[in-house]
Amino acid sequence: MKAGLRNLLFILPVMLFLALAGYFVLALRSGDPHELPSALLNKEAPRFALAGLNGAGVARDALKGGPVLINFFASWCVPCRIEHPLLMRLAEHDHVPLYGIDYKDQPEDAQRLLAQFGDPYRAVGLDRDGRVGLDFGVYGVPETYVLDSTGRIRKRFVGPLTAQQVDKELLPLLKELGRP
Amino acid sequence: MIIELGHMALILALCAALVQSTVPMLGAARGHPGWMAVGRNTALTQFGLVALAMAALMHAYITSDFSVINVVQNSHTDKPMLYQITGVWGNHEGSMLLWVFMLNLCGAALALFSGNLPPDLRARVLAVQGMISAGFLVFILLTSNPFLRMWPPAANGQGLNPVLQDPGLAFHPPFLYLGYVGFSVAFSFAVAALIEGRVDAAWARWVRPWSLASWCFLTVGIAMGSWWSYYTLGWGGWWFWDPVENASFMPWLVGTALIHSAIVVERRDSLKSWTVLLAIITFSLSLVGTFLVRSGVLSSVHAFAVDPLRGSFILILLVVAIGGSLTLYAMRAPALKGGGLFAPVSREGALLLNNVLLASCAATVFLGTLYPLFLDAVGGAKVSVGPPFYDRTFVPIMVPVLIAMAVGPLLSWKRGDLLGALQRLWIAFAVAVLFTLGTLYATYGGPVLAVFGLGLAVWTGMGVATEFAERVRLFRIPIGESFRRAINLPRSAIGMSLAHLGMAISVVGISASAFEQEHLAIVPIGGDFTLAGYDFHFDKVENLQGPNYIANDATIEVRRGGSLITVMHPERRYFALQDQTTAVTAIRTNPIADLYVALGDPSENGGWTIRAYWKPLISWIWGGALVMAFGGVVSLSDRRWRVGAATRSRHAVTAQTAAAE
Repeated sequence: MKAGLRNLLFILPVMLFLALAGYFVLALRSGDPHELPSALLNKEAPRFALAGLNGAGVARDALKGGPVLINFFASWCVPCRIEHPLLMRLAEHDHVPLYGIDYKDQPEDAQRLLAQFGDPYRAVGLDRDGRVGLDFGVYGVPETYVLDSTGRIRKRFVGPLTAQQVDKELLPLLKELGRP
Repeated sequence: MIIELGHMALILALCAALVQSTVPMLGAARGHPGWMAVGRNTALTQFGLVALAMAALMHAYITSDFSVINVVQNSHTDKPMLYQITGVWGNHEGSMLLWVFMLNLCGAALALFSGNLPPDLRARVLAVQGMISAGFLVFILLTSNPFLRMWPPAANGQGLNPVLQDPGLAFHPPFLYLGYVGFSVAFSFAVAALIEGRVDAAWARWVRPWSLASWCFLTVGIAMGSWWSYYTLGWGGWWFWDPVENASFMPWLVGTALIHSAIVVERRDSLKSWTVLLAIITFSLSLVGTFLVRSGVLSSVHAFAVDPLRGSFILILLVVAIGGSLTLYAMRAPALKGGGLFAPVSREGALLLNNVLLASCAATVFLGTLYPLFLDAVGGAKVSVGPPFYDRTFVPIMVPVLIAMAVGPLLSWKRGDLLGALQRLWIAFAVAVLFTLGTLYATYGGPVLAVFGLGLAVWTGMGVATEFAERVRLFRIPIGESFRRAINLPRSAIGMSLAHLGMAISVVGISASAFEQEHLAIVPIGGDFTLAGYDFHFDKVENLQGPNYIANDATIEVRRGGSLITVMHPERRYFALQDQTTAVTAIRTNPIADLYVALGDPSENGGWTIRAYWKPLISWIWGGALVMAFGGVVSLSDRRWRVGAATRSRHAVTAQTAAAE
C-alpha cells in the first residue's frame, strides 16, 4: 500500500502536466478573447456610488438617461494597456460616454497611467477594495459593460476590447440603444 | 543566393539533429562505441550549420535584402546599423533561429567538454539534445521560416517597432535565451540518467556547472529586461508580472532550486529523484514560457504575432518533450534510491527548505500567470490578476526564504546545530532589529512594510557576513591569517556568499522603492518645480532630427542648494514610418538614488507634461542581480569542476563496454 502510494507520487507530475496540456488545447481552440454573457444581462446594474479619481465621482443613478459604457481597469493590468488606445479612440473620435472604474488599485498609480496614455473617461470611480467589481461579477480586468438609458446591463465584454468588437458589436449596439 | 544557402544549412542541420537523436541512443543501448561517438560529431556539425544559417539571415539584414519577407517586415534602410543587426531577433522567426542557435551552442560546448563523461551517458545526453534541437528545427522550417522570399522585392522595409530600437532590449534576448536553453543540458542529463537508472554524486557534478552557468545568464537576462522596462516604459516601473516576464522568472526560480538541490545530491547522495524532477521542470517551464509567448493564448505587451498553427505545433512539442520526460520519470524515478540519512536540522535540511519555498514561489507565479487561461477554459477570457495577487502570495513566501538564507549556510552537513547557528547570528539579528527600529523611527508615517523589507535584507546581508567571518575565523586569529584564509577559500564558497549578498542587495532596492517621490505637472517653458530637495528648471524644448525619427528634446537643469547637479534631456521621439511616438526618459543614476524625468504631451497653452521621480536605491535592484550572477561565475571557476570531475567508477564503465563488444 505504501509503495503504491509512493509510486502514485511519481506519476503525479505527468498527470498534472497532461491536465495542463488539456487546458492549453482548449485555450488554443477558443482563440480570440470572447464575450462572456453577464448573469446580470438585461437586469438593472448593481447600485454603486464611488468617489472620483479626479474630482467627480461615478454613481449608477447619475448615469441614467443615455447609453453609457463602464470600463473596469487598473494601472497594474497589462491587457488594459493594450485596450487603452481603443478607448481613447472611442472617447475622442466616437465621443462615446465612457466611465472608468479603477479596480483594486492605488489612485496615484491610476493617475499616472492616465497621465501617460491619456484619459478617455468622463469620470473615474475608485473601487479600491473591489466591492463594485464583485457586485458586477467582474472576473478580472479589463471588463466593459454597456448600460442603456434605464441603467440596465445590455452587454458585457470580458478582456481587452478589440477593434473588431468595437466596430461590429459595440458601436451598432450603442446606436440601437438610441445614441445619436 | 546566400539566403538559399542559409535555408539549405538549416535543412541539413535538421538532418544532423535527426541522426544525433537516434544513432548515439541506439549505440548506448547496444553498447556500440562507434555509434555512441556519432553524437559528438553531429553536435559540432549541427552547430556549424545553424551558425551558417544565422550568419546568412544576419547578412540579409545588414545588406537590407528586401526580397526576404522577414527582412521586409522588420527592417528598413534608415534604421541604424546596430538595430539592423539586432533586428534579426526582434521578430518571431529570427528569435526562434536565435533560440536554436543558442541550443546548438550549448550542444557543441557539451560535445567538446564532455570527454571525461562515461561514453554511454555522453551519447544519451547528446541524443536528447539532438531531439530537442530537431523539434525546434522542424518548427522553424514548417511554421516560422525566416528564409522565405517574396517577388517582386519590396522597395523598402516596414521597419522595426520603435519600442524595440533600444540597446537594452536589443541585447537581452541573447542572454535570456542562453539561460533558457542552457537548462536544456540539465534536462538532457536528467533524461539520460532516467534511461540509465542511475543518479549519483558524479552525475550531480556534471549537471551543476551547466545549471549554474545557465542560471547566471538567466539572471543577467532578467535583470536587463527589467532595467529596460524601467527606463523605457516611462514611469519607472521595473516589474509588471507580465506573462512574458513570468515566463523567464519561473525557470529562474526552479533553476535556483535546482542548483541548490544538486549540491545535496553531490554531497549527501540524497534528494535524487527530486533533483531530476527539478531539472526536467526547469527546462519544461522554459518551453511552456515559449508556448505562452508565441501562441497568443495570453495577452502581453511583449507577445509576438499570434498564429494558431504555431501554437498547436509548439503544444505538440511540449507534449512530446515534457509529457515524455515526465512519463519516463514516473516509470524510472521510484527506483532511484536515496543514500544518507536525512536530519531536518542540517545543511541538507536547510537546502530542502529552500527548495520547498522556491518551488512554492514558482507555483504561485505559475498559477498567477495561467489563472486567466484556466478562466478562459471555463468560459472567461483573457484577463490579468496583476500585482495585487502576487503581493499577497509571492511576497510572503519570500520572507522565510530570506530569513532562512542567513541561517542555512551556518548549519553543518548531516547534523546541524540550530541553536549554535542562531547564537552566531546574534550580531546579525541585533543589527537588523536596531536598523529596523531606527528606520521606523526616522521614516515615521512612511511605508512600514518596506522598512521590514529593508530590515530583512540587512539580516540576510549580515548573515552572509557572519558566515564569511566564521569561515575565515575573523578576530579569532590574527587578521593577516584571516586574510590568507579568505584567499584560499574554495571559490564555490565565495560564490555562494556573493550570490546571497546579491539577493540581499536586490531586496534593499525593491523595498526602498516604496519611498520614491514623484512630481507630475504641466510645466510652462522656463518653469520650475522641486522634488526631494532638488530644484528643476525647465529650460527649453528643441526639435532634433534622429536617423529615423524626429525628437522633442527637453533641457531640464537640476540644482541642489543653488549648485548645478546635472542637465537632463528627456525626449519624445516620433517615428513617421510607424506613426508611433516613444518617450526616452532621462535618468541620472547613482548608488543612492535615481532622478528620473520623462517628457509627456505638450499642452494647449504652451506647457509640457513632465513626470519626475526621485527613486532611492533603485539601481540596487539590478546591481544585486549582477552580484548574484557574478557569484555564480566565481563559483563556476572553482577548481572542483576541473579537477577530478569524473569520479564515477570509470573502470566499471569500460568493463561494461568491453563486455558488450
